[in-house]
Amino acid sequence: MMGWVTEPFAFGFMQRALVASIIVGVVCAVIGCYVVLRSMAFLGDALAHAILPGVAVAYLVGANLLAGALVAGVIVAVGISFVTKAGTIREDTAIGIFFAAALALGVVLISTTGGYTVDLTHVLFGNVLGVSGADLWISGGLALAVLAAIVLLYRRLLVVSFDPVFGRTLGLRIHALRTGLFLMLAATIVVSLRTVGVALVAAMLVTPPAAAYLLTRRLPAMMVVSALIGVVSAVAGLYLSYYLDIASGGAVVLVATAIFVLAFLFAPRKGVLWKVRRARRVRAS
Amino acid sequence: MNELLEVRDVSVVYGERTVLDSVSLVIPHGAQIAVVGPNGAGKSTLFKAMMGLVPLRHGEMLIHGRPASEYRDPVAYVPQREEVDWHFPVTVWDVVSMGRYGRGRWLRKRCASDLEIIRRSMDSLGISALAERPIGELSGGQQQRVFLARALAQEPHVLLLDEPFTGVDISTKEAVLEFLSSLRDRVVTVLVSTHDLELASARFDEIVLLNGRLISSGSPEQVFTEAHLQAAFGGQMVVVNGRVIAVDQCCGGGAHDAHGPTHNGTL
Repeated sequence: MMGWVTEPFAFGFMQRALVASIIVGVVCAVIGCYVVLRSMAFLGDALAHAILPGVAVAYLVGANLLAGALVAGVIVAVGISFVTKAGTIREDTAIGIFFAAALALGVVLISTTGGYTVDLTHVLFGNVLGVSGADLWISGGLALAVLAAIVLLYRRLLVVSFDPVFGRTLGLRIHALRTGLFLMLAATIVVSLRTVGVALVAAMLVTPPAAAYLLTRRLPAMMVVSALIGVVSAVAGLYLSYYLDIASGGAVVLVATAIFVLAFLFAPRKGVLWKVRRARRVRAS
Repeated sequence: MNELLEVRDVSVVYGERTVLDSVSLVIPHGAQIAVVGPNGAGKSTLFKAMMGLVPLRHGEMLIHGRPASEYRDPVAYVPQREEVDWHFPVTVWDVVSMGRYGRGRWLRKRCASDLEIIRRSMDSLGISALAERPIGELSGGQQQRVFLARALAQEPHVLLLDEPFTGVDISTKEAVLEFLSSLRDRVVTVLVSTHDLELASARFDEIVLLNGRLISSGSPEQVFTEAHLQAAFGGQMVVVNGRVIAVDQCCGGGAHDAHGPTHNGTL
């Protein structure tokens, strides 16, 4: 009777897809809480596109695409952090410059490969069914490293995100922590490459945490709820993709978006309907 | 009383503008000092310089004769208006708990004494009942008390409060004053910047009168003379029946020292 639940996972590639999706759902949703709270959505999107030249180079020399993406992501993350350190160039400007330059470099490199290649489209839009065993090990390792860093740096990141002046009076190195967060973000995007692709990873960084924000009032709870939403979206998206024969990355993001819309409308205290009802009650009394 | 804090010939320059010009001060251990002066006099800048938040053009800050940056015991600072994200998902308890973070305590598990200090700090400011409330849902006065409680939880030896009486309701003002007198038992050295000269002379041991440079410092009687006030407030001062009244355009909250003096409204 419940055969439809287990049926897809008779195949090895679907089992790997499930594990990869869950990893992405958790790690994006957790670090995404800082992306949402620190208004770094643009940085997330830009970093995702900026890893393209790394992927192109890896493709050209026949190396692992994720490894190439990681190198490019680290260079761009450190670059943006370095250029904005002095304060003469604003962060969104620096992001725009690096993002465009890296994307342009990626396009130039890809054009030398002689046109359309299936592998590179998969980088843009994800191909969770093509996740290899090696990809899974790289993704899993990076995801564990990012989650460990989030746990170890929890108090520091909380303080510098909420009240940077207070952080400085406690002797925190604001700039180093910001660079660290950028690097964690770059690693997260690399983890997500295979599943949702660079074009849609920003949604996984922003949508589940935004929904979780509406449903919680403290950061640890927001992170847990966000991770749950991320996992539910990833798994549900995978089923939809299997049974409706649609692109997995898109399906995952659309499920997350649907959950956000529900939270936006019905969340207690912060939802639209709750606010309307409260306003009516105030007027009535 | 032995000296604790020494400001030695400190100058701070923002771009072209000299905000603090060769200010020197010696602050005794455990004293409560009011820092007064017109808007743009450099009160906030003096505090930021003490905290190492703005670079010094020249001069140095010493604590017990050693550079302030080497001092390991906590110096707590409550800015004029917290530049925090009010929509951040933190509760009152979370914010006050941050007072127990800091050097060497970023990873350590909170111990029973930490919890006790956090609880006591909230009690002292009368915000225990608000512990579970998100910070963004509080009134301005309640928010002010939360940040004072956090400073108290740091168990500071030196406490710098920038304009704690500006833009708060009377009960918060009373709570802050009560809080300051409770600090006397703990021998905490306190510097408070304020526009309220009456309050400064009634409640504080010593006054520091600033206007870019140090005009005068010492007991209220020594500092609040017509000549000193004339030098600090200039045209913003009138003398009525032999009593000096400094007319201040107080309390916009938006008038930061860095933006220079504003001249809206006299009398």
